[in-house]
Amino acid sequence: MFGQFDFGVITRNLPYLIKVGMAFTIELTILVIVLGIVFGTLLAMMRLSSIKVLSAFATAYINLMRSVPLVLVIFWFYFLVPYIGAWIIRSPTPVRVGAFLSSVITYSMFEAAYYAEIMRAGIQSIPRGQVWAGYALGLNYWQTMARIVLPQAFRNMVPILLTQTIVMFQDTSLVYVLSITDFLGAASKIAERDGRYVEMYIFAAVVYFVICVVISFLVRRLQRRIAIIR
Amino acid sequence: MAMIEIRDVSKWYGSFQVLTDCTTSVEKGEVIVVCGPSGSGKSTLIKAVNALEPVQKGEIFVDGVRVNDPKTNLPKLRARVGMVFQHFELFPHLTVRQNLSLAQALVLGRPQQEADERGLKYLDRVGLIDQKDKFPGQLSGGQQQRVAIARALSMDPICMLFDEPTSALDPEMINEVLEVMQKLATEGMTMMVVTHEMGFANRVANRVIFMDAGHIVEDASKAEFFGKPRSERAQQFLAKILHH
Amino acid sequence: MNYHWNWKIFWDLTPEGSGTYLHTLLVGLLWTLATALAAWVIALVLGVIVGVIRTTPRKWAGRFCNGYVELFRNIPLLVQMFLWFFVIPELLPKHLGDAIKQMPPPWASYVPAVLCLGFFTSARVAEQVRAGIQALPRGQRMAGTALGLTLPQTYRHVILPMTFRIILPPLTSEFLNIIKNSSVALTIGVVELTAAARAMQEFSFQVFEAFTGATILYILTNILVIYGMRWVERRVAIPGFIGPAVQAGGH
Repeated sequence: MFGQFDFGVITRNLPYLIKVGMAFTIELTILVIVLGIVFGTLLAMMRLSSIKVLSAFATAYINLMRSVPLVLVIFWFYFLVPYIGAWIIRSPTPVRVGAFLSSVITYSMFEAAYYAEIMRAGIQSIPRGQVWAGYALGLNYWQTMARIVLPQAFRNMVPILLTQTIVMFQDTSLVYVLSITDFLGAASKIAERDGRYVEMYIFAAVVYFVICVVISFLVRRLQRRIAIIR
Repeated sequence: MAMIEIRDVSKWYGSFQVLTDCTTSVEKGEVIVVCGPSGSGKSTLIKAVNALEPVQKGEIFVDGVRVNDPKTNLPKLRARVGMVFQHFELFPHLTVRQNLSLAQALVLGRPQQEADERGLKYLDRVGLIDQKDKFPGQLSGGQQQRVAIARALSMDPICMLFDEPTSALDPEMINEVLEVMQKLATEGMTMMVVTHEMGFANRVANRVIFMDAGHIVEDASKAEFFGKPRSERAQQFLAKILHH
Repeated sequence: MNYHWNWKIFWDLTPEGSGTYLHTLLVGLLWTLATALAAWVIALVLGVIVGVIRTTPRKWAGRFCNGYVELFRNIPLLVQMFLWFFVIPELLPKHLGDAIKQMPPPWASYVPAVLCLGFFTSARVAEQVRAGIQALPRGQRMAGTALGLTLPQTYRHVILPMTFRIILPPLTSEFLNIIKNSSVALTIGVVELTAAARAMQEFSFQVFEAFTGATILYILTNILVIYGMRWVERRVAIPGFIGPAVQAGGH
């Protein structure tokens, strides 16, 4: 049944698919994990803050991001970032922002809202006594957060953070809507050029599938090693 | 001025009053035991002493520093007050050794090695030096509570607060913790202890405070309290606790 | 930096002559809902079947269903969209594939989009159903068996009625997800709400008004769904029973 197909198109274009496409996908994913978790944790702390303005802002931001599709957010930021850039450097005209930087900003801001809710649950899972113990030893808010609450919250949340990260890795493929050449973008450009849709999209599916399954397996093993003995 | 001064302290959770005009003090070197039925506000009162629970009315002083004053540097004050919790509250993600040295290094700025040595010295004094590289989850409840006491002591506190230190322990582990506390008392440490262990109070305390429904009902010397408490509530409480 | 706001744009006529821009967005919203609702039916039916099988004692069937869930969870939705649109018609017998490709617009895009979202979401529903069933006390199943019920009867009358009440909140968020995920269908030509906003932006050059319009419509839809589901939760709530929350991740 695969007689009419030419899977050689994959091997012929492998360097392009990996060096251009997959490199973009992986760099974007790693940067967004780091920035997303950092912003997300800050948002979670703001949301749990007793300062009303901070918690109201964080709540509004998180709810807004979570009720809009990622595709729409991608379009929003694609047009908004040049204006924000102009505002920062006081330029009279919108600034050009490269595809990569624009994607990093978009995904970090979007994922931060999802990571924030995970970290909030993680922080709330830490017994109040742990915070008291930190304070009672003379630690201040930031020290208590950084040394006592967040390390435990993070460990408790590893499985859900992982699930979210795999979803995010898959979602990076949506930069396709801006014609950016990530892994799927590269595959789709070849598919269109050579008319090899079947081969390229099956290949893309297999690659994503294998990466996601392998990563979940590895992290599940890692997680058993860092689990806290209670 | 006494080491701990509590003057006319009141506290509300919403419209529910948990503390009503509480006044008492702990002199330097004194050991006082706070007892009373659950929900009487004794845990809230002791947590108010190092401002873990804010109070809405009244004043609390520790070593002359006003605790419930927004200008007070709370971390600095708390670093000088040792506290032991009902549920130990060791940090489960850190080893025993790290639990002991964390605040010394972070708050007092002691070099890591000095903090380590000091922590281990106190760990030895509570008889657990063999456990230094274990995680809290690998220790029994009694051992965890002794580590928690060592952790508080390694900060060189001027006084110690104990919030029901034995009530989460299995009966056979209560004594090992009480012994450590008794030793501490004989060395002259100022201690405020919330506990139901009347035997401990009888052996160690200078004074006993009895609380009920947010009020300090009785504040008497040990002899007076165990001899003949004035209030009926305290008599009932003692009768229940001593005859079971 | 100067952007010329023009909020009246929503009442201007589109150059296509199909009505106002507001009308364009509302038609987009209708397609979003039509896609999401049709896909939700598929997702619920398949998800419940697969989720239930994963909790039955049949080993090989359980393994097959685990594979099903892993397959749909580990391939990006967009790639799955392309598989349904570009690849599946080529792999079917020729007359069938051609028939699919020659469906008049918008059905040639709509049908693959619905199938894609339906199967994608069914794997997530299956996961919730399994977690919900396993959250029930084991005694429930034994009690059913002890009363002489067969396995299907135990599921039908004992386990599933409780499971559905437990998993209503995570199902709500899955339904919200399917609404948001339907925007991915714009890549294969479904003119749903996000695509409509894109079209409005391209014709009118009022980028931020167009996206603001779409954003507000998404938020309103969200609020409606959440209130609707809360109402359902209250209607089916059993006195004295509070279901444990099942954690839902993802978008």
